[in-house]
Amino acid sequence: MASVAKDMRILPAETARSEPEESPYLEFRELSKIYATDDGPVRALDGISIGQRKREFLSILGPSGCGKSTLLMIAAGLLPASHGQVSVQGQRIGAPRTDVGIVFQNPVLLEWRTALGNIMLQAEARKLDRSAAERRAYELLDSVGLKGFEHKFPDQLSGGMRQRVSICRALIHNPPQLLMDEPFGALDALTRDQLVLDIQRIWNEARMTVLFITHSVPEAVFLSDRVIVMTPRPGRIDQVIDIDLPRPRTLAMRETPEFTGYNRQILDLLLARGVLRER
Amino acid sequence: MAHAPGTSPRTDTHEHLSIEEVEAREKDRRARHQSHDRIAAVLYPVATMVGVIVLWEVGVRAFGVPSFLAPPPSQVVATIIEHGNLVLRNTWVTTVEIMLGYLTSIVIGVPLAFGIFMWPSFSRTVLPLLISSQAIPKVAIAPLLLVWFGFGLLPKVLVAFLIAFFPIVISTAVGLASIEPEKIYLARSMGLGATATFFKIRLPNALPSIFAGLKISITLAVVGAVVGEFVGGEAGLGYMLMVANGSMDTPLLFAGLIALTIQGVVLYALVEWAERLAIPRRSTAATAALQSVTG
Repeated sequence: MASVAKDMRILPAETARSEPEESPYLEFRELSKIYATDDGPVRALDGISIGQRKREFLSILGPSGCGKSTLLMIAAGLLPASHGQVSVQGQRIGAPRTDVGIVFQNPVLLEWRTALGNIMLQAEARKLDRSAAERRAYELLDSVGLKGFEHKFPDQLSGGMRQRVSICRALIHNPPQLLMDEPFGALDALTRDQLVLDIQRIWNEARMTVLFITHSVPEAVFLSDRVIVMTPRPGRIDQVIDIDLPRPRTLAMRETPEFTGYNRQILDLLLARGVLRER
Repeated sequence: MAHAPGTSPRTDTHEHLSIEEVEAREKDRRARHQSHDRIAAVLYPVATMVGVIVLWEVGVRAFGVPSFLAPPPSQVVATIIEHGNLVLRNTWVTTVEIMLGYLTSIVIGVPLAFGIFMWPSFSRTVLPLLISSQAIPKVAIAPLLLVWFGFGLLPKVLVAFLIAFFPIVISTAVGLASIEPEKIYLARSMGLGATATFFKIRLPNALPSIFAGLKISITLAVVGAVVGEFVGGEAGLGYMLMVANGSMDTPLLFAGLIALTIQGVVLYALVEWAERLAIPRRSTAATAALQSVTG
């Protein structure tokens, strides 16, 4: 334990060199995760060390099974790491974090509650003022184009609408950090485009720190300040790519040489690692 | 075949209709279809029933079947009217037995399932006992209960309870355990406490499964009470059936069967009604599923 404590002092200093003015908001240090299964241990994550700045939109991109979702679960304090640690503003995480909003790949709505009721669950759990929370819930639903659907039940909404409700639920308590685990993975292309735009706007307005798990290269480039590309099994950090594009980003920007250049860079990396094969 | 006259008279190519007109026509067609379905849903079973009864009446009279073998429906109806009080009184006795046994099985079965779900060691202790207890035919226990508790209400309630409570325990335990892990993760990230998570998320999530068990159990509770009365009763529909059987009073036997059928259907409908109150959303989904099966 003493050596770990020593590392703690060394590593922030290293990060500080690249980010002189601020210490990381969320930090993974030497994080490894092994799943013990009946077929023997599975290495999900191997020595992940990275810091996320406050307000940063950080994407983690990699093939299925590279431990991306595991990383998010550990960041949320919902899964314990096998080794290493996570800290938020210098505080080590040992229990489920409640200062976050989480969006899963599936909307995970309660079927017996309306869109509004599902969002209000977050407010009830946190004992927020009911009428103020309800007003905010209406605003949020309106802002993602769900005005008039407040009292619909999940089985009356489309997949994209359900995911919007789950995004509103993750935002109603104004969390400093949003954790998103392939939130658009199950949606059609047009809905994805719209939600990507919505998320960019929400991030910009709410000024929060977003950790975004995805396997879509253009989505990661479009949204992120930095993209972490992971290696397949066990998940290691392959490269960290700064996305230096002006904001707010527009759909038309996806055709620019700068944007396609980033796409190309990431695709080349995935090709080189054998994640993608052209022949 | 594709252009057979009458199959698509409304799609003449030279006829131009606005989208509003097409919409009105489709709405109208759907309304007619639905009202036809509603009528059919009532008419078909009733017509079949009436047909069977008429056939039965005519057949029994035509072939001169003696009434102790198969009484004509008219005689059964006459018996029900004549012995109305007797049938009602016995129905009431059996209903009380069923309800007491059923409620006991809920009061004991649901908390037992909570325990099985919450404490794995409790589950390991109790579940094997429960399952092996289910291997014993309840009919075989009934005489023993008679020896222990006499001819009164208690043994019937106990048989109804024993036969009804197992599906409640299993379906409740399964319902509580089967939940998407993300729902629980979500609750934790909201800071929702264990008790609140149970009552706001896990229990409502389990309700459809719990009610599936409750619906199976109510029909079993009816069987249990009647079996209890067969073995050693002095009142109730089961007892009435035994007496009618002993005196070759077949019309009364049929009257008892009809009373049991009506009672079973009413009790089942009561549980379904409670289900609709408890989970208005899910039952509509289930109804939709059922409609898609039945056309």
